[in-house]
Amino acid sequence: MSPAVPPVLSVVPSRALVDETFRVTVQNLPPGSAVTLHSLHRSEDEDMWEAFGHYVSDQGGSVSVSDDFCFGGTYTGKEAMGLLWSMRPVPGSREGLRLRKRDVCTPQLVHISVYGGHAEQGFAARPPLASVLSERWFMGPGVRRVEVKEKGARGTLFIPPGPGPFPGVLDMWGGGGGLLEYRSALLASHGYASLALEYVNPGELESADMEFKYFETAFNIVRLHPLVSPDRVGFFGLCLGSIMTNYLAAESTAIKPRCCVCVSGVHLYPRGAAFTEVYQAITLKAHKVRLDENNHEIWRYRELPIPGDLSGKVDVGRINCPMLLVNGLDDQNLPTVEAAEDMARMMRAAGNDHLLTRIEYPAAGHLIEPPYSPHFRATKFIKQNREKVTLLWGGRTKPHSDAQEDSWKKILAFLQQHLYANNPPRAKM
Amino acid sequence: MDRKQCCVKLSVQPSRGLMDEKFLVLVQSVLPGFQLTVYASYRCDDGHSWEAFAHYTANASGTVNVSEDHSLGGTYCGVEPMGLMWSLRPVPGSKPGLRMRKMNVLTPMEVTISVYRGHLTEGFVDQVPLAAVVVERWYMAPGVRRVPVTEGGLTATLFLPSGPGPFPGLLDLWGGGGKLVEYRAALLASHGIASLALDYLTPQITKENDVSVLFYNEWTNVQHPQVIDSRIGILGLSFGTSIALKMAVYSQVFKLRCVVCISGSHVQPIKGSVEQIMTSFHNNVDKTRFNEEQQVIWRDLLLPIPTDPSLKVEVGRLRCPLLMVVGEDDQNWPAHESAVDVKEMMQRAGNDHLLTVLSYPSAGHLIEPPFTPFARASSYKILGPPLQMVMVLWGGETVAHSRAQEDAWRKTLVFLRENLYRATSSSHL
Repeated sequence: MSPAVPPVLSVVPSRALVDETFRVTVQNLPPGSAVTLHSLHRSEDEDMWEAFGHYVSDQGGSVSVSDDFCFGGTYTGKEAMGLLWSMRPVPGSREGLRLRKRDVCTPQLVHISVYGGHAEQGFAARPPLASVLSERWFMGPGVRRVEVKEKGARGTLFIPPGPGPFPGVLDMWGGGGGLLEYRSALLASHGYASLALEYVNPGELESADMEFKYFETAFNIVRLHPLVSPDRVGFFGLCLGSIMTNYLAAESTAIKPRCCVCVSGVHLYPRGAAFTEVYQAITLKAHKVRLDENNHEIWRYRELPIPGDLSGKVDVGRINCPMLLVNGLDDQNLPTVEAAEDMARMMRAAGNDHLLTRIEYPAAGHLIEPPYSPHFRATKFIKQNREKVTLLWGGRTKPHSDAQEDSWKKILAFLQQHLYANNPPRAKM
Repeated sequence: MDRKQCCVKLSVQPSRGLMDEKFLVLVQSVLPGFQLTVYASYRCDDGHSWEAFAHYTANASGTVNVSEDHSLGGTYCGVEPMGLMWSLRPVPGSKPGLRMRKMNVLTPMEVTISVYRGHLTEGFVDQVPLAAVVVERWYMAPGVRRVPVTEGGLTATLFLPSGPGPFPGLLDLWGGGGKLVEYRAALLASHGIASLALDYLTPQITKENDVSVLFYNEWTNVQHPQVIDSRIGILGLSFGTSIALKMAVYSQVFKLRCVVCISGSHVQPIKGSVEQIMTSFHNNVDKTRFNEEQQVIWRDLLLPIPTDPSLKVEVGRLRCPLLMVVGEDDQNWPAHESAVDVKEMMQRAGNDHLLTVLSYPSAGHLIEPPFTPFARASSYKILGPPLQMVMVLWGGETVAHSRAQEDAWRKTLVFLRENLYRATSSSHL
């Protein structure tokens, strides 16, 4: 294509929150021309991620990603956001990568470009016809980030803009440990004061009791914050965080969440055990770990079969707040759907199953993240004993991405209904 | 509603946008039928405070949607998705004659949008709002580059769109107030047009007879490998129109692809330098009128439109498309009468197929990019001699003028894109 007639590429909006959609259009192409739309992102770890789709322009020389079909690439069909969720590391990258933003005060920068022809590779070797820079933010304008080190609890609190008071969320991640802020930053951008809690390391506190006090302390930090409405605080957990959420919602006498969201979790927990014992118990089950054809570890069978008695599980019949469970049917890390079945059975028997909502997605894996983030079927993971393995999370890219988009909407609606609405929660049994 | 019990949910989507993008303001979780005021406040770079507000009543589900619901009063009425931006005005007690113009385009406008209980018209500062969010409004899209140009003693700034280019170019000329105003050029670059904002009221330029030679030299100095020099257009507002038309018709060096003239006239001594043109206007200064508020009306200085051809740019010789945007209530220039005369001249010459006139009833002189506040009159510094401040009447009525800005901008972008990007156009050889 002659450079004298450049095409016009536009991405609207060019600055957005990570869960907002954009419209990508190309104009001024020759009619009926084959083009490739391409996205490129350089992660904080300096890895390059890309996605691309093959399109054909119409009689006016236009392509609209939201309205037209993609005929090949990292995604196909009519997919407005395919250039984001189908991203994967560029060929030649290290194995087992996962894309997670650590610094939420800056946006993710994604270059969206259009190339002539239907290309599958070699994007770096030639200049695009046009290119636009898109900013994807976890933090909305005015959101405040506060590092928390109080009464032994560690984490980062994100507070929405405005005078408050706001509903609060205690945000608990999975067993990978460390401190991941991005989900809390995004929740604050939606009006929830959210504390991303750093996990305690095994052996750091002297007893199981003290470990649970850690979570109770963290909950109270949120609840008692001057900008938080004390009776409107909930839990949000993923994986191990969901296990903790189930446990605290059922067994804690000190704290009363208004509602709970559990993503990819189970209710299986050795009663009275401290974290060290929990991890020991897990290693004892190492023989139940299976390997797939790529030698990726499948952990879901460690927790099966679901025990019949209460010694190994949370007494969910004692939960008295609304619970939303979000799980993937192809979760290879935890038997989340089997556990959800068992939870529903227990709660039916106890008479509190009206509090439970289960959402399960076919062909979705374990890592159900905020929408439009790339899908990882298996990534590197550092176990507690410092051993590096590759874990199989499961899921197929397209249905997993749909699950992320759909579940996030439902999670936000659930939080809004229970933490913002003015109707008091249903009478407790 | 007890503040402790209620949490009002306010969201603006998107929270970051370009100045010409629309947003959606949603208030949720109030009681049905609740009366509230949505309030916008902005503190500009000069330190002045601006505000806008509207009265709404929540529907049966406790929601107010600014894009769909009627404002029952305030600085705007009716269904106005962007009323909170274009109806902004200086807070009571401000200095008279203010005009909002963002001079630093590298930072966004940060507007705080809040919700107050009841239908308030004043005293916002003394009350605590129920909720507030911050919205960023940008003139520069991500990836747009700002390049100051000082070669040849000229004062200009080039804005390059994101991407490899090359791009069509545009000379962006403001009015007789002088100073280098960058925001329109920045916004045009955000739409894919490399734009050069130029301060032409410097002694060097004003004394030059064939100003286009100077501009051409300037352009070649500035010439960026990313700008296609066979695809240059020119956009002028007010006095900038006079320069633009002069260059479009008479320049031997510039082959302009298209011209946009906003709120200007073709009346000028055709052989004169910029300084001589300005002098010819000053010779009619006795035709200045004043309204009952002692605001200056200058539209008669160029009336009646002369019949002598040596006093008007020979628009019959124009060889490229011309878009004229005029406000019928323009009290500063006789833009409407000029457009009528331009049309007649081009009809006689047989080139009126090149002309498009957008004429807006009740719009004034300052037809700016959309969603910027409207000023019916403002302080104006006459460059003299002698140097003095007067209050100039621009004309226009808030709602009609704001609609005109929105419509004219959209059509201007289409016009520029058609003429600067399309492969087919009238030959210039």
